[in-house]
Amino acid sequence: MNKLQNNKAWLFVLPVFALVAFNAIIPLMTVVNYSVQETFGNNEFFWAGVIWFQDILQSERFHASLGRQAIFTASILAIEMPLGVAIALTMPRKGPWVSVCLVLMALPLLIPWNVVGAMWNIFALPDIGFLGHMLNAIGFDFNFTRQPGDAWFTLILMDVWHWTSLVVLLAYAGLSSIPDAYYQAAKIDGAGSWAIFRYIQLPKLSRVLTIAFLLRFMDSFMIYTEPFVLTGGGPGNSTTLLSIDLVKIALGQFDLGPAAAMSLIYFLIILLLSWVFYTVMTRNEEQ
Amino acid sequence: MTLTLKGVTKRVGNVVHIHPTDLTFEPGSFNILLGSTLAGKTTLMQLMAGLERPLEGEIWFDGRDVTGMPVQQRNVSMVYQQFINYPNYTVYENIASPLRVARAPEDLIRQRVGDMAELLRLTPMLDRLPGALSGGQQQRTAIARALVKDADLVLLDEPLANLDFKLREELRDELPRLFADRNCIVVYATTEPTEALLFGGNTATLFEGAVTQFGPTREIYRKPNSLLSAQVFSDPPINVLACEKQGAHFVDAEGARWAANGPASSLLDGPYTLGIRPHFVTTAATGADPVPVSGRVMVTELSGSESIIHFAKGGKTWVSQSHGIHAFEVGAEARLHADFAQAMYFAPDGALAAAASARA
Repeated sequence: MNKLQNNKAWLFVLPVFALVAFNAIIPLMTVVNYSVQETFGNNEFFWAGVIWFQDILQSERFHASLGRQAIFTASILAIEMPLGVAIALTMPRKGPWVSVCLVLMALPLLIPWNVVGAMWNIFALPDIGFLGHMLNAIGFDFNFTRQPGDAWFTLILMDVWHWTSLVVLLAYAGLSSIPDAYYQAAKIDGAGSWAIFRYIQLPKLSRVLTIAFLLRFMDSFMIYTEPFVLTGGGPGNSTTLLSIDLVKIALGQFDLGPAAAMSLIYFLIILLLSWVFYTVMTRNEEQ
Repeated sequence: MTLTLKGVTKRVGNVVHIHPTDLTFEPGSFNILLGSTLAGKTTLMQLMAGLERPLEGEIWFDGRDVTGMPVQQRNVSMVYQQFINYPNYTVYENIASPLRVARAPEDLIRQRVGDMAELLRLTPMLDRLPGALSGGQQQRTAIARALVKDADLVLLDEPLANLDFKLREELRDELPRLFADRNCIVVYATTEPTEALLFGGNTATLFEGAVTQFGPTREIYRKPNSLLSAQVFSDPPINVLACEKQGAHFVDAEGARWAANGPASSLLDGPYTLGIRPHFVTTAATGADPVPVSGRVMVTELSGSESIIHFAKGGKTWVSQSHGIHAFEVGAEARLHADFAQAMYFAPDGALAAAASARA
């Protein structure tokens, strides 16, 4: 009797196993499979061991992409986190303007990523784009398709425009969950607005900001669509972030082995860094 | 250091939060704002503190008009129903924070915080964060923070409401002791009449944004000025009965008759509303002239030593508070006795006409 029940239970769990296998384990194992083999076509594969991993880890090209990726992610985090909190602080807490602000804030998040890329590409074009044209009109020699610095400027501006809203919405939700009594108590103590921010709002926000930070870190580290549409990784290789580089290797050169090895390394870097950030940030909270 | 509210009102949009209110609190007094949720207790406290500005009227403190003065410039402290402490400060730093804002010297801070921690039994927790404390300890930290700076006005807004029963009783016993040797004005908001009776002092009964009565707590309990004040200051709710005085007797619609004695005997003939507290309606007959009352039992609440019986009488809900355990079936007929010699009589407009235990 007992045994029968146990067997029945398997039937209920099996669909979940199948689902997880199809959407996670099988694709991942395919990549693992490619990463340890060599092929010369004809669907013939040879064991290659860890050669591809060694190649990737020693390749200048990978180091350069990783460096660009790190600079990109660090820059947008450094801008979006404080900016998001600052905007959330200025948003009204009550009244009819709340919904207006929230809808305006949510708008960029609702636009498909490749549309964002296309929008900013056109927006920043030096001849016909509003931004590019205006910058040139006021005396800047701005051309994001030719000058790496301008390409980076546009890229970061685009990401800040697109994703700061997420931080704003999360921080705003965190701020609205602080009871009024905290502000009153601080007022009675004679605390100024900086003290209120530093000793009440920031500690109360630490949880949602941890989430916002992790989401923005992971998303920006994986970013592909927008820079691909905006600059295509150029000019030269100057905005070739990790994912763009990966697609070039996998689909441009069709080097499946190195591409698979790079995917796994890429994945492990994100996993490791997310874990490190999460551990550090939650430990601070516990202290 | 008297605090005086003169005709203070507060409205938000078209909603009246506080009707014109006059109150005077003397230094060293313990004052209770008694009223149900949304009666205006918190708004009234915020007006006193200067967190809100009254729409009309003036607030005077220590002989000065402080109506528009922001809270930072007044010497006020407040404890809330929620446990409000700085989340990433230790208990020590939390208690010290008002002194730090006032730029007190370090050795004075250490001494005052030590004294406060001793008084509120927080000494072993001084190095912990509020999040690591129990609810009672968190609230004691908030109380210590409110007391440490020697405020002229201490506002306690239902400070015990979020605590569990045992801790509430504990802190309830401690509170009067904490203020005993201080010369500040204490204002304590509560929804519970029993709490008001325990603390004594003065009580202001609030109903829908209006103070219905203000005076010494026990006097208000014994001699409420109106049916409304009596209802605010009664838990379980006071029982009411429409009756008519005919000569030396009262009669009600059901034909019951009882003698008018004490102050009630000198009332003019006419219609009155009788109010009698639940503990004078009992299973056992008490008093000189018990009147039988009966009705269908709606629910019986049993506590360790007494039964609270809700029953329907003449279209109204009546409550009896009797000693001992009396397990009435729902729907059964409860035959009880009311000691109407202890009743209060209110005129048709609600004003008190005669109260049995009042010494006029």
